Amino acid sequence: MKLIARLTLHVCLVTGACFAAAPVPEAANPGEEIERMADVSGHYGGHLTIGQRSEPKTLNPVTATDAVSREVIGRLMGDLIEINRSTQQTEPALAKSWKISPDGRTFTLQLRKGIRFSDGHPFDADDVVFSFNVYMDEAVDSPQRDLLIIDGKPILVTKLDQYTVRFALPRPYAAAERLFDGLAMLPKHLLDKPYREGHFAQAWSLNVQASEIAGLGPFRLKQYVPGQRVVVERNPYYWKVDQKNQRLPYLDELVFLFVGTEDAQVMRFEAGETDIISRLSSENYNLLSREKSRVGSQLADIGPSLEYNFLVFNLNDLSGKKLDEVAGKQAWFRDLKFRQAISAAVDRDSIVRLVYGARGAAMWGNVGPGNKLWINQTIPHPQRSVETARQLLKSAGYSWNAAGQLLDGARRPVEFSIITSSSNSQRMKMATLLQDDLAHLGMQVHVVPLEFRAMIDRIFQSFDYDAAIMALGGGDADPNPEMNVWAFSGTSHLWHMGETKPATDWERELDQLMQQQMVTLDYAKRKQLYDRAQQLIAENLPFIFLGTPNILAGANARVGNFHPAVLDPYTLWNADELYVRGPGLENAGVR
Amino acid sequence: MRTKTAILVALLAGLHLVLLLAGFFAPYDPATQNRDLPYAPPTRLHFKDSSGFHLRPFVYAWTSVPGGDQPDSYQEDHGHEYPIRFFVSGPSYKLMSLYETSAHLFGVAEPGKVLLLGTDAYGRDELSRVLFGGQISVAAGIAATFIALLAGSILGTVAGYYGRWIDESLMGVTELFLSLPWLYFLLGVRAFLPLHLSTLRTFFLLTGVIGLIGWARPARLVRGVVLSSRNRNYVLAARGFGGSDFYLLRRHILPEAFGLLLTQASLLVPRYIAAEVTLSFFGLGVNEPVPSWGNMLSTLQQYSVLVSYGWLLTPACALVVTSVIYSALADVFHSRLKSYST
Repeated sequence: MKLIARLTLHVCLVTGACFAAAPVPEAANPGEEIERMADVSGHYGGHLTIGQRSEPKTLNPVTATDAVSREVIGRLMGDLIEINRSTQQTEPALAKSWKISPDGRTFTLQLRKGIRFSDGHPFDADDVVFSFNVYMDEAVDSPQRDLLIIDGKPILVTKLDQYTVRFALPRPYAAAERLFDGLAMLPKHLLDKPYREGHFAQAWSLNVQASEIAGLGPFRLKQYVPGQRVVVERNPYYWKVDQKNQRLPYLDELVFLFVGTEDAQVMRFEAGETDIISRLSSENYNLLSREKSRVGSQLADIGPSLEYNFLVFNLNDLSGKKLDEVAGKQAWFRDLKFRQAISAAVDRDSIVRLVYGARGAAMWGNVGPGNKLWINQTIPHPQRSVETARQLLKSAGYSWNAAGQLLDGARRPVEFSIITSSSNSQRMKMATLLQDDLAHLGMQVHVVPLEFRAMIDRIFQSFDYDAAIMALGGGDADPNPEMNVWAFSGTSHLWHMGETKPATDWERELDQLMQQQMVTLDYAKRKQLYDRAQQLIAENLPFIFLGTPNILAGANARVGNFHPAVLDPYTLWNADELYVRGPGLENAGVR
Repeated sequence: MRTKTAILVALLAGLHLVLLLAGFFAPYDPATQNRDLPYAPPTRLHFKDSSGFHLRPFVYAWTSVPGGDQPDSYQEDHGHEYPIRFFVSGPSYKLMSLYETSAHLFGVAEPGKVLLLGTDAYGRDELSRVLFGGQISVAAGIAATFIALLAGSILGTVAGYYGRWIDESLMGVTELFLSLPWLYFLLGVRAFLPLHLSTLRTFFLLTGVIGLIGWARPARLVRGVVLSSRNRNYVLAARGFGGSDFYLLRRHILPEAFGLLLTQASLLVPRYIAAEVTLSFFGLGVNEPVPSWGNMLSTLQQYSVLVSYGWLLTPACALVVTSVIYSALADVFHSRLKSYST
């Protein structure tokens, strides 16, 4: 008992010390071009805890590749133009405005004047030019570099004056302003030295001193406790104010706690140890919603995500590989009627109900109902019909033996395996449902759960598989990130990797459409092109689309301004606006 | 003592008979999905309705709660009663994989469902799956035990009887096998095997691997018995009368080890059932849609399933009950063995 009392006292002292140290928001500078959020209100104080799957690997925004690191870094850094997660449209961030030349190749960005990094150092065009030089430097090897190199040529970044920067693209690029989202602007005064000395990649590791890292995001680094947590505190110079001209963010601190698996995160959330949880599975969402009143939480089902889950058949060129067994089955997989029959036999409604607990949507094309700007509404949604599927197979020369087994033209029984990631219970369930659906057609399907990496290796490298269930998408609503899937030379052209020329006519047309939409600037014209692309995909079924889960998130009832979005980061995109409500905190202000 | 043994043997025989005739005792096919009934709780048996008490129990169908927030919330549809019938005709199956029949111990008229242990994520009847899954898990345990004991007693006898370098080298090998972290070894072995194997081949592989790893302990025990009785006077006398090695072993030495092997068997069977369950739990055993206790339990790795659907723990209960009976039997055998030798 005594021990508990002492511990409690200890905790109070520690947390008290935390709050006492929270920096006070700076008063507005004369001439500082601050963004005023007219519809945002809240009050200062408090901290929120977020559970994370693992420790971030780095705090360096240029070299970070994993989602966990990016979740933390995103709160520390600012970008020039931002995609508003709730409207899915671009809006000004560090650039208060931008102009596009009529040929779509030159962007002139006007930066906010008088704003400062989280260490108080002013931000100007030199930082922007420096940042882009770093991102495009081959030696730094940033994962974002690919986006900025168009047709093998880098984007030319020129400083016009202290607050104006011009970007010259080698060719017109649709929705190029979306590229700026997520590209953190770096402080030249802190990073120029490590960059020039050639050890930029080692800069801003997790062990960085808080004084050596600065950004333009709502928070700045306070503390990293190895194996436990990263604590970030208010950036007192942040460039946004709320409707009462109070400088954001409201929160004193944001704590990222390293918790582990999704299940562990759910347990911590149930226990009230974490305040926000995102990327919930429907099972866990339903579990939390049953305990909603006990835990005191607000749950949000924001509707279908942009991810698409699909079945893909191995249509790779296997000549020269010792995969005769797979190659023998490719005659079936290449047959459009075979794929159409499978698509007709898949019970997508059951997938939505049994896999997503009714919190998801069935899909018949690569763009789902979550992407309102780009979905082609004319793509048909045929009902499941085993009868149609059987007719299709019959017309393609398949038959059935007395035991009901499906035989191909050469009277070989149709039997194949579906590989899927053993760590993803939802896709495992899809595979089991599919196995049963296809048994109705007389196909014998084996479900083979594989460790994720082993599966990726088979799909991308060795091509030693028959079919796989996977998911893609979910990044941005724009069609451009889909280029690597649908362009025949794309790195995620999963059904037929490494094509040197399109294998079929429709693949050629699809490739042309995708290339064309990338250089078309007018939305209506682009939409037309992308609509046709979606139609081609739905008709030719390189993937058999299954469904998409809803984005499900939850927060403690005391979290204010909790507005999760369909785009990543689902819950923390408006971390600057989040606040803690509840008794005792209304008038607490900044302590 | 004797009654205790009899009861335990009867229990065990009953358990195995039920599992052997799983198709008859199970009301449904274990792989048939009822996609309208995922995670349905166990059906309640009723005796009373508005018209009074009935001797024959009846059930109501589960229907989803209309407009319910939870997809797995069900309520009983009191509109129609489905009385339980015995010795009914249902989905056809092969009894002991030989004889095709459709006779089931009990069932209700369609579209009613009697789901005494609820359903899993695909709406498959948990009771039927536990019974059919038990077939595989228990058979794997018994077969693996048989392999381990056979290999163990042959090698143990050879080592104990012939002694010298044969003994030393064989016992060296047993030490190696005993020190193997067998679970990791099994995980490793399974990873080398081809991706998809038919259920039958998986089964033989599993039992073969488990059994061949487990031969070391019985081999040491048998060797001890053989070694101690090799030089007993009656053995020496028989040898003096010209008995061959084989005669001596069969007639005088091995009968000494019989009780020991029986005890070992009843200890090893539950252990090897657990080994099969562990491997299937990690997805290395029998694959969907064929049930085994292990792959049924693997869904409980998900926290939400574990805390929400208690009836899915049945395979674990079945495993515990089976193990307890076997261990109790081992205990009885052991004390009998002791009373013989003293």
